[in-house]
Amino acid sequence: MRARNRELLGLLPASLLIVAGFGAVFLQEQTKLGDLSLTYGAIFLGLCLAAHVIIRLRLPDADPYLLPIVAVLASIGLVVIYRLNETLARDQAQWFVIGLIAFAATIVLLRDYRVLERYRYVIAAASLFLLLLPRVPGIGQQANGAYLGISLGPVSFQPAEFAKIGIIIFLASYLRDTRALLVSRKRFGITLPRLKHIGPLLLVWGLAMLMLVFIRDLGSSLMFFGGFLAMLYVATDRLIFPVVGFGLFGVGAWFFASTVGHVGDRVSAWQHPFDPKLYEQIGGSYQIAQSLFAQADGGVWGQGFGQALVSVGDSPILPAAQTDLIYAVIVNELGLIGGIALLLIYVLLIERGFRIAVLARDSFSKLLATGLTTVVALQVFVIVGGVTKVIPLTGVTLPFVSYGGSSIVANFVIVALLLLISDRARREARR
Amino acid sequence: MNKPIIRVFAVLLVLFGLLGYFTTRWTVIDRAQLQDNPQNKRQLLAQQKIERGSIIAAPGTILARSVKRPDGTYSRRYPTAGLFAQSVGYSFLNPGTAGLERFYNGELTGRTQGLDQTLRKLQGKREQGNDLQTALDPQAQQIALDQLAGRAGAVVALDPQTGRVKVMASVPGYDPNLLRSAKATSALNSAPGAPLLNRTTAGLYPPGSTFKVVAATAAIDSGLFEPNSVVNGDNGVVISGVPLNNDGGEAYGDIDLTTALTQSVNTVWAQVGERVGKRRMNRYMERYGFGSPVVVDLPADERLASGDYCTVNGRRKIVSATASCVDIGRTAIGQDKLLTTPLQMAMVASAIANRGVLMRPAIGTRTIDPEGRTAYQNKPQQFSRVMSAASADKLTAMMTRVVQEGTGTAAALDGIDVAGKTGTAERDVINNITQPWFIAFAPATDPQIAIAVTIEKTVGGFGGTDAAPIAKAVMESLLR
Repeated sequence: MRARNRELLGLLPASLLIVAGFGAVFLQEQTKLGDLSLTYGAIFLGLCLAAHVIIRLRLPDADPYLLPIVAVLASIGLVVIYRLNETLARDQAQWFVIGLIAFAATIVLLRDYRVLERYRYVIAAASLFLLLLPRVPGIGQQANGAYLGISLGPVSFQPAEFAKIGIIIFLASYLRDTRALLVSRKRFGITLPRLKHIGPLLLVWGLAMLMLVFIRDLGSSLMFFGGFLAMLYVATDRLIFPVVGFGLFGVGAWFFASTVGHVGDRVSAWQHPFDPKLYEQIGGSYQIAQSLFAQADGGVWGQGFGQALVSVGDSPILPAAQTDLIYAVIVNELGLIGGIALLLIYVLLIERGFRIAVLARDSFSKLLATGLTTVVALQVFVIVGGVTKVIPLTGVTLPFVSYGGSSIVANFVIVALLLLISDRARREARR
Repeated sequence: MNKPIIRVFAVLLVLFGLLGYFTTRWTVIDRAQLQDNPQNKRQLLAQQKIERGSIIAAPGTILARSVKRPDGTYSRRYPTAGLFAQSVGYSFLNPGTAGLERFYNGELTGRTQGLDQTLRKLQGKREQGNDLQTALDPQAQQIALDQLAGRAGAVVALDPQTGRVKVMASVPGYDPNLLRSAKATSALNSAPGAPLLNRTTAGLYPPGSTFKVVAATAAIDSGLFEPNSVVNGDNGVVISGVPLNNDGGEAYGDIDLTTALTQSVNTVWAQVGERVGKRRMNRYMERYGFGSPVVVDLPADERLASGDYCTVNGRRKIVSATASCVDIGRTAIGQDKLLTTPLQMAMVASAIANRGVLMRPAIGTRTIDPEGRTAYQNKPQQFSRVMSAASADKLTAMMTRVVQEGTGTAAALDGIDVAGKTGTAERDVINNITQPWFIAFAPATDPQIAIAVTIEKTVGGFGGTDAAPIAKAVMESLLR
């Protein structure tokens, strides 16, 4: 079967899922049972078909599974958000449309994505600017002690979501040029690059630390820095880089955890979620404790769609259920089975991403695909790990599932870039 | 470059495996622990969203109902306030649940019948629990409370033919509506006189002479004695090596058992107890329900066992009447180490009233689902056959004499034969503090009601003068 036909077929389960999902939520809320779930399914299928047509026209050889996987994730997210809050789901659907426009624009405008290399310093500077934007007085917003969002009139978005793409493009391009130089010099039996080569990389480490200080978000910086180290390792094939890198990150994180109050609070809430003092404290361990309680109620099979206890009256039990804690809601309603299934879908997505990296012919494409995929994977790890108490909980979104416009749009751009790389790689492989 | 790419993928797979493991940990491995965590209010909170069923008294009086709050949750109200405080109990987010509210929590929240609730949910109907119908009689209960008049004590009345509890009064009481506030709750918890305690099922008291009825059951049903068997009732008979006195030091000479019960002669019944022996006495006590937590539809931690309490290895605990620490002669007259709950003594009266068959006491009779159908029927159940019908008839005749011409005349009703037995336990001989008791059933020929009354402390009061009039008033109300 041709790749594009396979993709088309793959979109069917996603549409069925959204029809069934909305159907289940409607059954719960009875008042509006009707053919509306079919309507939602049809609109969703229409959007997917539009994306499919764009890919068919512009990237006929691209990976056929990426889009269906993303569609499945998106439909899970939409159904869960709808079940939590109808208005938010409508917003989210609109963001999907905007995300698809960004997706199409990326594909159409970046026919040859390698032009990005030419603008790498511009992109790097713009990304840095975006990252620090939330600290600009007047437009910056603070949420739970972290500076992640900005608001410009009616629109508010999280610039870090876009900055991460820019920084990966910069790193892919920079590492393509310097990877040989980074490993060329040995001193005392270990690889020790010259300062002028390692300098920009130390800058990236500095940047991650800066994010801890200025944006005060451990999760985002872990995600950035992890993506960076993965790219560095792939570029040099020297284990010493990620090992030293993680060491430096650990030292920095420890330092800031013990000095920056907000980061420290998150860490102690993670260590002792049931400590009565931390539990009562504002911004303390209440959220993580409630997340664990909600998951425990889910058990193996879950309580069923629409059954999760999210709030009593007006007071929420699960704070930020539609963003940070959406995985806890899914485990509560669909159980361990549902949680593992969702994780497996992400594993499939990541596997496609790395397959694209492996298939790509040139270093820039390989590094770009690796970086983008790793960042998406780490984002899943940071938020699901936070919700399940593997690491301290920080507020990043669950890609394609959580509510959040910036996240949806940015992640669609990432998928578009991966498809662009894949199209070129597979076309070249066929020749 | 492909090898490191695959290695990065492998590292990420390990990280995802960690996520899978931790999800398993919270949903399966540590599940029970998390659900039992006192900070976890999810179950309780979930129940706030359910319209809990009402608790209804026999004539249809609402004892507990749910009201909707502006935020869509439900809160409990007790329209009769403190009338049935300890037996109905309470259900609030903060102090939790107690009494019938806890025992029937599954029914009241509608969580017990799976399929029906699921169907209701599928139909989009709001979650609603089942109503609980009880046999409780508010009027008689009010009379019981009025008669106790603020004195610490208890009154239990039940239908001997079905075991249905009609009156369950425990003083001091409280207004369960106040428990909505955390402050009032902690105040009640430490209040003097333990108002939260259900004295009818969890108050342990020396039963005094009312226990002679149990001794008489063993004596007569075993065939060792007849009501007209003669025993010497002189004062100062040596029981377990210590001389025993009659009330007021009176010497009765040779009298039959009916007279001995009518006049409540200690020395006679102590000798009967010794003749009956520990094993036989224990068998009849167990048939009456002694030795295990008193049986009724209330939570286990609100029910205590009646029997002999000895101190073993420094800890006071219930023992069988056959234990070496038990003085069986003094046990037979309700002294020594014997402690009973008021409900247990009402069960003694009930078994004799129902011609030897003890019915299992029950407060709830049935639950009614939101469609008005009976969801659960608490059918009358036999607890045990304590004695033969013939023995029960003999005991009834003896107890009728108690009220006609003996110590219990204050319980006599106009035109209705009452069978009863008084008791006066000595709490503090020096200060003359006594605990009056009265157990009875009526009408003696066709018993409709069995009752036990006790007042914790009176100065020089007697069962016949202090407890019997209370029993009379409550029975009058119930037989009307």
